[in-house]
Amino acid sequence: MTTLEQETSVPAPHTGEPILEVTGLEKLFPIKGGGLIRRVVGHVRAVDGIDLEVYPGQVLGLVGESGCGKSTTGRAILNLQPATAGSVKFRGRELVGLSRSEMRPLRRDIQIVFQDPYASLNPRLPVFDIVDEPLIIHDLVKGDEALRSRVKDLVQMVGLNPEHTNRYPADFSGGQRQRIGIARALALEPAMLILDEPVSALDVSIQAGVINLLEDLQDQLGLSYLFIAHDLSVVRHISDRVAVMYLGKIIELADRDTLFSRPMHPYTQALLSAIPIPDPERERRRERIILTGDIPSPANPPSGCRFRTRCFKFALELTEDQKENCITIEPPLAEQEPGHTSACHYSAVRTVL
Amino acid sequence: MTSGPSTTLSPAPGGAPAASTSASDTLLEVTDLNVRFPTEDGIVHAVRGVTYTLRSGEVLAVVGESGSGKSVTSLAIMGLLPASADISGSVRYRGTELLGMRDKSFSKIRGKGVAMIFQDPMTSLDPVYKIGFQISETLRAHDDSMSKKDARDRGVELLRLVGIPNADERIDQYPHEFSGGMRQRVVIAIAMANQPDVIIADEPTTALDVTVQAQILEVLNTAMAETGAAMVLITHDLGVVAGVADRVLVMYAGRPVELGHVDEIYYRPRMPYTLGLLGSMPRLDATDRQRLTPIKGSPPSLVNMPPGCPFGPRCPLHIDACDAEEPPLMEVGGGHLAACIRSEELVGTGTHAEEIFDATAVDDLLITSGSDGTVAEVGSSSGQGQV
Repeated sequence: MTTLEQETSVPAPHTGEPILEVTGLEKLFPIKGGGLIRRVVGHVRAVDGIDLEVYPGQVLGLVGESGCGKSTTGRAILNLQPATAGSVKFRGRELVGLSRSEMRPLRRDIQIVFQDPYASLNPRLPVFDIVDEPLIIHDLVKGDEALRSRVKDLVQMVGLNPEHTNRYPADFSGGQRQRIGIARALALEPAMLILDEPVSALDVSIQAGVINLLEDLQDQLGLSYLFIAHDLSVVRHISDRVAVMYLGKIIELADRDTLFSRPMHPYTQALLSAIPIPDPERERRRERIILTGDIPSPANPPSGCRFRTRCFKFALELTEDQKENCITIEPPLAEQEPGHTSACHYSAVRTVL
Repeated sequence: MTSGPSTTLSPAPGGAPAASTSASDTLLEVTDLNVRFPTEDGIVHAVRGVTYTLRSGEVLAVVGESGSGKSVTSLAIMGLLPASADISGSVRYRGTELLGMRDKSFSKIRGKGVAMIFQDPMTSLDPVYKIGFQISETLRAHDDSMSKKDARDRGVELLRLVGIPNADERIDQYPHEFSGGMRQRVVIAIAMANQPDVIIADEPTTALDVTVQAQILEVLNTAMAETGAAMVLITHDLGVVAGVADRVLVMYAGRPVELGHVDEIYYRPRMPYTLGLLGSMPRLDATDRQRLTPIKGSPPSLVNMPPGCPFGPRCPLHIDACDAEEPPLMEVGGGHLAACIRSEELVGTGTHAEEIFDATAVDDLLITSGSDGTVAEVGSSSGQGQV
């Protein structure tokens, strides 16, 4: 594989039409009562109205802690779990409300790679059959010979040895299995991949290889990624723009360097400051913002700003009048500077790295 | 140190605890520890000659990937491995040999001399007992004279120390009523209940989100300050290590391959594996998009290992001499030890892994390298090292 230097540290501004446009996406899960008639007594607001765009050839990182709704967002976009409300437009075509059969031809262009390489591959199929299955379903490649050579290309593209395609997933390590999952996703030559925590189950030395592979593939094939992860270091490495989610909402969105060097939302600041850096001297000098408490339940989010119950700014820096705003008015995701949105009434840059 | 009435925990963190002033500076001395598990495929040699000492007041981080034997080492020290495990070597706590000790005597040391914090706060508490019972059980096990009321009062105080709000109400709740972060706080409270000299923390924050991880690391700091304990911190996260450790032990394939002061390990690594680990981590503070340097291949199977350096097949500096015999952990200067015959060549490399490792390495090689096709790497970040 050729080395592709990506020295352009300034990501291309989002030009042109987005390849994926999500507006007001909501996914609610009903909570049923315990009685004989299992009435719906409430909803878990897993994804509570989010907007995002992915531009062609770009990577949008979607980060947040467990339970913030980032994976559900990915699944709702793909219609794997139908959205409750909102709109998902892929190349201008609405996906929300499509039936399975209407969805199928579109899946050629937008594919997903799952987190767990142990659960996402059928243990009873040899690698060849795993990778050629989408080709057969979509009837793209005719003839055994063509099929074989296509699978061979795909397997080679992800850095595996094509001689081993008759083996089963159990014969491969975690990193290799994740490569098989990527080969399967690429089989249909999609324009876009949704990567749901693709490297978080892997050890660091293995993870680095898969990240490099994803970067190479993106450059060679001009793919767009929605990269869902909880690890901000990985997200910084691979993304052009980054969206931060908290309790079902996007609370900050900016291009990568801006988000990491000039975070404006208190949650983003706390998140960044909580991540340890593998550098002892820097670690000793760093000041941490320690949040109090845990993430509230998405079934019953706090009024006004959802983050206020854990917000250090709310607790320590705001006046009573200002706090009243946080409690009663939900801050919209508003543009604070060009291309940089933050959902806080009192957004202000704070350098934490 | 007798754990007295509930007031013993009051002194400020600065106050020098009794433990650090005792005669011996070495609390825990592990010498040539070996652990073997019989399996259907043969004997898995999970820990192969681990040697280290823990001095009072220090934090020793044990770092390694899944399956490197770091958790098994600590379970062996605590005498918690199943009877089928074959353990040899020596583990001395304040001069007393722990290996082979009868369970009844060992129970006096466990929790009081050496306490352990496990990775998963969801399973390390008993779901059918109230938190309060589980704390006072620990307290009363080591102090027969302590009344139930005193134990409860002390429990409330411990919960307050680890930052649990409304401690006097929450002590009467069950583990399922606590979130993951709160449970880990309870586990830490139990570990510090008897003012242990040594706390072994096995991936204490791995199951937690980063903002909660930051909270728990603070609590661990409090626990160490309050009890004066030294800590063995087992983790795969080199970020966490950088912030808390005094010394670092890097493990690979069941053996220590590098040991030194935290700055030495991070800024002047002398074992290619350590350098590779550092180079494969994406950095949160990286301003340019530098390519990561993965280590090709995956760790070897611990069944029937070939002679020679176990990292050899993945090592960019590999030469024929590496396969002759496994290099011992050798002093490379300033209390820094590395197990590599070419460690001299890493002098001056600093942290530039890309000078040694090939950033474009593709790991198709690793499939062909495994003779039976199966590869030992267990790709789980929450790896516990069970084999």
